[in-house]
Amino acid sequence: MTEAANLFVQAALVENLALSFFLGLCMFFATSRRMETALGMGGAVFLVLAVSVPLNNVIYTQLLRPGALAWLGLDADLSFLRLISFIGIIAAMVQMLEMTLERHLPVLHNALGIYLPMVTVNCAILGGSLFMVERSYTFGESVVYGFGSGFGWALAIVALAGIQDRLKYSDAPEGLRGMGLAFMVAGLMSLAFLSFSGLRIG
Amino acid sequence: MNDERIRTLMNPLINENAITVQILGLCIALAVTKTLATALVMSAAVMAVLVLSGSVISFIRHHIPRSIRLIVQLTIIASLVIVVDQVLRAYAFELSKQLSVFVGLIVTNCLIFSRAETFAMNNRVVLSALDGLGNGLGYGAILVMVGTVRELLGTGKLLGETVLLTTTEGGWFQPFTLMLLPPSAFFLIGLLIWGIRTWKTAQVEPREYLAAQPEEVR
Repeated sequence: MTEAANLFVQAALVENLALSFFLGLCMFFATSRRMETALGMGGAVFLVLAVSVPLNNVIYTQLLRPGALAWLGLDADLSFLRLISFIGIIAAMVQMLEMTLERHLPVLHNALGIYLPMVTVNCAILGGSLFMVERSYTFGESVVYGFGSGFGWALAIVALAGIQDRLKYSDAPEGLRGMGLAFMVAGLMSLAFLSFSGLRIG
Repeated sequence: MNDERIRTLMNPLINENAITVQILGLCIALAVTKTLATALVMSAAVMAVLVLSGSVISFIRHHIPRSIRLIVQLTIIASLVIVVDQVLRAYAFELSKQLSVFVGLIVTNCLIFSRAETFAMNNRVVLSALDGLGNGLGYGAILVMVGTVRELLGTGKLLGETVLLTTTEGGWFQPFTLMLLPPSAFFLIGLLIWGIRTWKTAQVEPREYLAAQPEEVR
């Protein structure tokens, strides 16, 4: 249990996908102008990461990994196909998620609807799956990692939106107004998140 | 070269720059700029994928059904990225280790997508290739600038060669370790945007709120 908690904290705070690995930044800056869009985007990324990382873990360990096809009597290494299969699975999964939400949870679908398709090409999602392969997580670990990293990303974008909400009243130099200032704030936030390094539970 | 081609090539360099104006493809730009070598390799990889995907997609654009165009574009881009990834592993293994997952992440680089979707789908092959080249150069220029500053100020070296002798080796230069940490990339790109917008004032964003003037308050 402590191990899982540690992995969660590690994924959410210490190795925050947005602020220390710079993943999904295009959306991070594009949708953090307003609180509502930031919440929507954060929720969509959290949901998709939490589902796609474990799913890709299963695909990778059962089909693509060197020697994974032994049950078919084949000795094949398909790991070079992981990029194309991960992105395919993510795209298909986002589509299915959207349909399921529309059918069963219309409230959530109204809130996240327009953000879900954008998430397909969000590098945070693919990055989560690639990190899962690079660090050879087990299935259980990949579930925790998916939840943790998604939570961390959502936390970062909501925090940035909160700060930007106030900054629009500020009297910044002309060239810095808007995007420039957003970068500076993200830099300061990233600096603050560095202080989590070495944090452990239990 | 006629005017249209020159414009397509030159416009993305500063006026429509991918990073500072369109704010696209940031993930990679920030993550691989710790040293100049990785920044250079990444610029070359992105440029190759941009030019090739632009030409291929533009070449078959009349045969792609509208409803599945995203999947087709994605497949073409992903195949090109796999080739780039395998080439890097074969000829520059050390560098490909340092770039880790970020070569694979070129697939989801929104810059490549937006060029494929907005430009290559509507223009002829040569023009699309030039557009890819121009965007690749504009993108690479920012990467190389940030990479140079970070490596030079962070370690006193450039491409692994000592330029400023650090104090630990008996020189005068005190390395600026913040430059090796992730936040510095945000600050540097923020400063770059500030600089470019001071020069090209047309890019300045409008004010959302105006501070009340003293008379109005009274």
